[in-house]
Amino acid sequence: MDLLSLFPAWLLEQGPAFVIVLPLLMGAITAILPSRTSAWWVCLIVTLLCTVTSFGLLLQVYSEGTSVYTMGGWDPPHGISLVLDVLSAPVLLLIAAMAVVTTVYAMPSTIAEIEPKKRAPFYAAFLLCFAGLMGMVVTGDAFNVFVFLEVSSISTYALVAMGAARDRRALAAAYNYLILGSIGATFFVIGLGFMFMETGTLNMADMSRILAELDGGSRVAKVGFGFIIIGLGLKLAMFPLHTWLPGAYAYAPTKVTVFLASTATKAALYLLFRFTFTVFDPSYDYVIVVLTYLLTGVGVVGMVFASLQAIFQTDARRTLAYSSVAQVGYMLLGIGLATAAGIAAGYLHLLNHAIIKGGLFLAMGAFWYRFGITRLSDFNGLSKTMPWTMGAFMISGLSLIGVPFTAGFVSKVNLTIAAADKGWWWAVAIIVVTSVLAIIYIGRILLAAYFGSPPEIDGEVVKRNEAPLMMLVPMWAMALLSIAIGSNILDLGDFFVTASERAAALLVGSGA
Amino acid sequence: MIDFFQINPGLWLILAGLICALVPKGEAFALVRKALVIGAPILAAVMIFQIYTSQEVLAGKITIGGLELTTLRIDNLSMVWGYLFCLIGVINGIYGFHEKCRITDSSALIYAGAAIAGVFSGDLLTLFLFWELTAISSVFLIWKGGERAYAAGIRYLALHVLSGVLLLAGAILFANTNGGDYTFNNIGIDTLGGWLILIAIGIKCGFPFLHMWMQDAYPKASITGTVILSAFTTKMAIYALARGYVGVDILIYIGAVMTCFPVFFALIENDLRRVLAFSLNNQLGFMVCGIGIGTELAMNGVVGQVFVHVIFKSLLFMSIGAVMYRVGTAKASELGGLFRSMPITAVFCLIGAGSIAAFPLLAAFVTKAMIISAVIYEAAYNPGLYVIAGMLLFASAGVMEHSGIKVPYFTFFSHDSGRRVKEAPLNMLVAMGLAAALCIFLAFPWGGYQMLYALMPYDLPKPYKPYTVDHVVFQLQLLFAAISAFCLLKKFKLYPAERRGEILDFDWTYRKLCLGITTWIGAMWTRLSAVTTRVRNKAIAGAGRRLYQMFSPAGAMSESAPSGLAAALTAAMLILVLFFVYFVR
Repeated sequence: MDLLSLFPAWLLEQGPAFVIVLPLLMGAITAILPSRTSAWWVCLIVTLLCTVTSFGLLLQVYSEGTSVYTMGGWDPPHGISLVLDVLSAPVLLLIAAMAVVTTVYAMPSTIAEIEPKKRAPFYAAFLLCFAGLMGMVVTGDAFNVFVFLEVSSISTYALVAMGAARDRRALAAAYNYLILGSIGATFFVIGLGFMFMETGTLNMADMSRILAELDGGSRVAKVGFGFIIIGLGLKLAMFPLHTWLPGAYAYAPTKVTVFLASTATKAALYLLFRFTFTVFDPSYDYVIVVLTYLLTGVGVVGMVFASLQAIFQTDARRTLAYSSVAQVGYMLLGIGLATAAGIAAGYLHLLNHAIIKGGLFLAMGAFWYRFGITRLSDFNGLSKTMPWTMGAFMISGLSLIGVPFTAGFVSKVNLTIAAADKGWWWAVAIIVVTSVLAIIYIGRILLAAYFGSPPEIDGEVVKRNEAPLMMLVPMWAMALLSIAIGSNILDLGDFFVTASERAAALLVGSGA
Repeated sequence: MIDFFQINPGLWLILAGLICALVPKGEAFALVRKALVIGAPILAAVMIFQIYTSQEVLAGKITIGGLELTTLRIDNLSMVWGYLFCLIGVINGIYGFHEKCRITDSSALIYAGAAIAGVFSGDLLTLFLFWELTAISSVFLIWKGGERAYAAGIRYLALHVLSGVLLLAGAILFANTNGGDYTFNNIGIDTLGGWLILIAIGIKCGFPFLHMWMQDAYPKASITGTVILSAFTTKMAIYALARGYVGVDILIYIGAVMTCFPVFFALIENDLRRVLAFSLNNQLGFMVCGIGIGTELAMNGVVGQVFVHVIFKSLLFMSIGAVMYRVGTAKASELGGLFRSMPITAVFCLIGAGSIAAFPLLAAFVTKAMIISAVIYEAAYNPGLYVIAGMLLFASAGVMEHSGIKVPYFTFFSHDSGRRVKEAPLNMLVAMGLAAALCIFLAFPWGGYQMLYALMPYDLPKPYKPYTVDHVVFQLQLLFAAISAFCLLKKFKLYPAERRGEILDFDWTYRKLCLGITTWIGAMWTRLSAVTTRVRNKAIAGAGRRLYQMFSPAGAMSESAPSGLAAALTAAMLILVLFFVYFVR
């Protein structure tokens, strides 16, 4: 591995701790920085460093296998360990990369969206949230997961509330999110409590081993499992526990919306993968029952319901938010299939959807930035006034629908094949139906933008007013990445598919 | 370097036809086109002569998608058709020399080329290709017949494209039952694919109840168009039968019926070109019947019959066409007494009429007798065939009645219509003269019919001797009986008078009955769909409203839920999970 040799050995060795500690520390420092610009630079550099490190760690995991880092030299199960494997490393890179993308984008967008004196704290909160998410993914200790979950959640509440400068409804949304997020975290920690009672350990690998010895454990483990599923379900916006999500996505500052949509729910989904397949195991009766009936059930119901809700929204941001809930349904369906192909498809859709929805929300923020547009009725003629932004929106939108040669197509096809392989033809039908619904809700935006004419103000047609370059670059990066995955340009498609297959192999293999 | 010997000779005609379509209008360019129309068939004949080596030649093999196509096969059977089509192409070209019509020239060339190429195709897929091409290229000849011909052309095209589709479907089915072999050899009716191909061929060569297009379209085409049309399509189908269905018994009965039923229609028909179309159908019956018998003698008779039939049938169509060219109509009721104005045409017409009626020393005398003899020889093993032989004899007399007497009589003799027109143009006379000379030559007892024998596929140890005393006498008896019958019927005014009128043929069922049913269904469907559309729109609007009420931002399912409700939901979900965890196995 040539690329791997470029990374200094100490960075790779200390990397798992580095990607958590650096943003945590710099977050504290950023909060007291005097100027917005310096805070932005710090944020950018920190996220860049973390991205580079995550990339190195991913390569290392691929070449050398799972790595376990012991915090402070205390060996697990007594000390805290940081575990990187083929499941967590791609998500880690995804979070770090999305942080860089949104930070670049934030340069212009925060000027419009955040009051000047709150900008440095905004970046500080963002770094804390970032650190929390990274920690959730990288840690090997169940209680540590809870801690990082709370770190990210609490900073997220603050970040969502900062959207109040542009829309006061952000406050209510943040409050709602705070209540429900706390309930979710509480459920999660209650579940962990039960598990600690059952196994006497908090280290995930250890917990898994002891559970296997107990052959799935007693009723205590079952209750613990239920609490953990619901707690995580709230965090990942599992239908019908998604009610916090549309408000939070719609009214948060754009940078936060993008970051939440493409990483926060994904980190929670990662934890769902981690807990259902490695800590617990589908070979336990109660796990497979919940996977087959509950997760699949709420997944497909959510796909249909949330898609219908997306169709009838008048606010384009809410349309996209409901669409996110529907897409989470796809991933839950993949988990519910509980086959290697299904898990791989769900995991692939997790990665792809982060890129797709990221691109869509980035473009949406640009519409607001230039014209204050959020309502669907205002999209008329946007293809003429903001052709580049609308172009990126269209590509990501087509990818969301699942048009061939885009990322969405790859993951949807994989999911369809996985469902068909298992003989779940009804699931195939639902995937097709919800794709049609996606055509409707994305299509009506595209129709208005491409076939409507720009409005007239004082008798003059609105002139072309393209988004600034620092917004265009991130959204086009997402759009082009989506095409690259779908068309396998630079072998990116193969890279993503292989990554998902390796992750699935790890999860299924550990159960065997 | 292209090997010209690998190229199906029909393609040269198609190429010439395409060039014709590109040659601009104008007097000088018309000559170029005419040179192509006459020269291309000659070139094709030369190519056939060069390629054919007295045994089967397979060439022009191309592989498409794993299928090996043999685009060129010349053997002793297809060779006859190839030469014949080239010959008739030249005669048609001369006949149409006066006509300055680019569409006729190019479509005639492509049509003839497609027919030749179809005859020379070595596999069913190539055959299908040219089968359809003959239909598509020839329909322009019908459309040149004017307004009246348009609908007939559409019907013709529909039926012939259907025939092609059946052929393709049959070919695929046949090849599937046959291990993917598309080679065009004996097919038989043991398989479903064989039946489909038989029906496809049946449409093209006018089996009973599939024949209507012929009498519908041919009389409506332009003057030269009819002459050209009469030569190729049906004979190509006869070739396909002779290749794939030799000795299939059902063909004997089909052929016998085909010879008899057109006689009655032909007797009462007023449009002489339509009379000739019926008689064409009747002649095809002899060939189908002969193929059904399938002995060497019968097949020789069929091949010979095809060869001379094309020539004398063209001669008849040409002479009636020449009359129509000068007079402007081919209705028996408006013609008569034209022998004064057009004596040469009248003589040619009489030669053609005599040939079709099988007068001794004229073309069909030899070949038709071969077919009937073959039937009678076979009847020694299967007495039922005597009935068939009787039917064929009856049909022979009928041919005499309608083609041999009726056509020349009402045109050139009968009561004088008072028309005084010029003799036919020189080019038409040349073409008719050529055909007439061939009619005489190919039945000439001393060295004439032996040339025809040379073309026949089988060398019989004892060649059929046509000019025996008893045969000549028998034939003359038959013919004079028919003539006297005609005279008696005329004398006592029992012969169906030449009157304008529509004859109801089987095509009434599909042109009127089926049309009526279809129209009725269409009307009912329109009403039904109006009702269903209303119901559907209502349902869609209702469902849309429901969905909107549920899911719109103000709707029950999309209201931003208060935190308390969401918390309660969370608890409910936990209960659900615990239920699953505890109680579901």
